[in-house]
Formats: sequence, structure tokens, C-alpha cells
Amino acid sequence: MVMFKAAFVREWRLLARQKADWLNPLMFFLIVLTLFPLGIGAKPNLLAEIAPGIIWIAALLSVLLGAERLFKDDFRQGVLEQLVAAEQPLLAYVLAKIVSSWCSTALPLLLMSPLIALLLGLDSAAWLAVLLTLLLGTPLLNLLAALGAALTLSADKGGILLALLILPLYIPLLIFASAAVDQASLGLDYSGQLAVLSAMLCLALALVPLAVLKALKLNVG
Amino acid sequence: MFEAVNLQLTAGQLLQIGGKNGAGKSSLLRILAGLAQPDDGEVLWQNLPLTESDFPQNLCFIGHLSGIQPQLTALEHLEFWQAAFGLKPADGYQVLATLGLAGLEDIPCQLLSAGQQRRVSLARLWLTKRALWILDEPFTALDQSAILLLQQKFTEHLIQGGAIILTTHQPLTQHFPAAQLLELAYRW
Repeated sequence: MVMFKAAFVREWRLLARQKADWLNPLMFFLIVLTLFPLGIGAKPNLLAEIAPGIIWIAALLSVLLGAERLFKDDFRQGVLEQLVAAEQPLLAYVLAKIVSSWCSTALPLLLMSPLIALLLGLDSAAWLAVLLTLLLGTPLLNLLAALGAALTLSADKGGILLALLILPLYIPLLIFASAAVDQASLGLDYSGQLAVLSAMLCLALALVPLAVLKALKLNVG
Repeated sequence: MFEAVNLQLTAGQLLQIGGKNGAGKSSLLRILAGLAQPDDGEVLWQNLPLTESDFPQNLCFIGHLSGIQPQLTALEHLEFWQAAFGLKPADGYQVLATLGLAGLEDIPCQLLSAGQQRRVSLARLWLTKRALWILDEPFTALDQSAILLLQQKFTEHLIQGGAIILTTHQPLTQHFPAAQLLELAYRW
């Protein structure tokens, strides 16, 4: 717990001093979403129809964009090898990384979701669905991104490898999340999709941190 | 790189690993620290293989990478290491003052000189209570006074029953007459 708090505080200090790390993905998300209405033109119905897919693809790519940095600096500067060698509470460190990456990349997306709904002409029922799916889905995005970042740590330009590894794992999430928003905009019940998203999240929460831990140890050794 | 290395270290002993650049000093250290596996042979801690013993809880490893995050201050580094070592928060200011970093506690480390960054990195030795220190070139970039300070710290640690393994090109035998010296030969 002490280690979690220390690693979390450390991560926030770093984020506060390297603003580009979390602002870039956020700006990317906003830019993509503002370009769509401009590109498609004055067809509000079409826009509302494809909005769930657009929102989710943009969210997914923006999380991926911020993923590579997650362990990179600590790996390059030797922090990781020191933590691994002395078997300091590495799991707490990994969890702190994942939680702070969710807070810095995904939480702002949730906060911006009313604005996005307005931009893409979604009604309030659909907005609620967007909010709920983002709430359940973005932690999963961050967990898997952390796994990708840990696996590609010692690859020099790991960015593309990371995308290739992780994007296929995002597909089920994308399908269920955009289906939920679709249902909501038609006024239908979407609790089934939410249940599937919750199940995926629980599974990932239980397994991914351990996999990240193992991947970090492998890359350092 | 090297073969037939046979060494034993007991409490209160210092082992210096020497050898030309590229002889495999750092690789040997990584094997001793459990970060890499030897092709052949084994490393024992209190007669147990490393993975089965409480070795990691007794180790403080500082490799040739300093572990310094350029954006964080010296004090913030100390805070993190204290938590990582499971120590109670100690007075970071005092440790840094001992190391001649008084007044530089709240400056991001990227603004410090290489030697000062190395001092921040080594500050962890003043915090930790772990028995075995494995240090890769700890004297790099340090000035004469810092080298002296570090050697005093080594003596203190050895008297308390700790053990130290380090690589360096500095002659150490005049300060540590009992030091073991292992010279690795450079070969293809």
C-alpha cells in the first residue's frame, strides 16, 4: 500500500511535469471527433448513426497513443531493473501505473463526453450509454495497453508492434461498446452489452496486472 | 565472455571486480543480482539458489543506469525509494546534506551535474538497511570528496556486517586491505 501510494504520487508528479504525455492523446481524441462532422457534412442523422463507432475508435487509438510511454522511461533509466532485482513491491508499482494512466488518459474522455455527444448530435439516452460504456471499457483499454507496453518494452521502436499486439484484443470491446450505444440511441435495453463489458473488465483486472509483472521481469532480465 | 568464475563472499567482506572494458564485469554483476541467468553454473545465497532464498529482500542493486528521473527532484527520489524499501520516512534533507546536496533538494535532477545526479542515486545507500550491495561503477563522475564519503560509507557498512560487490577501476586496496579482487580477462 505504501509502495502503491509512493508510485502513484511519483507518477502524478511526472505527469504534471511532462504535460505532453497526457495532453497529446487527449488532443488527438478531440481533433478526430471534431473532424468527423466537418468531413461528413450537414447530415446530422448519418452522424448520429455512426457516432458510437467513431467515439470508440477515437478513444481506443488515443489510449494506444499514450501507452508506449508507460514503462519506457523507467526502463531506460534503470528504475525497473532496480525494482526487479531487489524484489520491491512491483505489483503495487504496476497497479499504480495502470490507475494513473487511466486517470490521465481515460478520465478526461469521460468528462468530455457531454461535449462529444453534443458535437455528434447524440440524444441524452445515447450519451448515457456512451458514458457507461466508456466507464466500463476504458479501464480495460488501459489494462491491455499496459500489457502491450510491458511486452514491447525492450523493442526499440515498439509503437507499431504494440498496436499490432493490442488492437486485436480491443475488437470485442469495440463491438460490444458501440452496440450498446447503438441500442441506446434506438431506445432499446443495452444491459446485456454492459454485462459483457463488466465481465471482460473483471477478467482483465484479475489477470492483466500479473501478466504485466511477468513481462516486465522478462524484459529486464 | 567469462568462465570458471568461483567466488565466495561472507558478511563484512568487499569484493571488487576488475577487468578491461568489455570483459564482462557488468554482466557478471547482473548474474550475481539475479537479473540474468548464467549459461552454466549457479549463484547461491546462504547455500540456497537465489530464487528460493530471501536474497532479493537483502539486496540493494545500483546498476550503471542511475535510476534518476530527470523531471523529479532529489527529495522526491528519496521518498520513492523509502517506500520501495519499505522504510519509514526518514529525514531526506539530512541525507542529502551529508552528500553535499544541501540547497539542491527541490531542483529537478535534470538541472544537476552528472556527479550530483550520481550522488542522488547513491543516496539510497544511506537509506537502506539491506545487507548486500551490488554496485556497478559507483565512483563514476564523482569528485574526490564524494569518493571519500562513499568509501567511508562502505567501511561503515562492512563493520555492521554487510557485504559489497562492486566494479570499479579505482584502486581500493589501500582503504580496504581485506578486499577480494577478481580480475576478469578480456577475450573474444
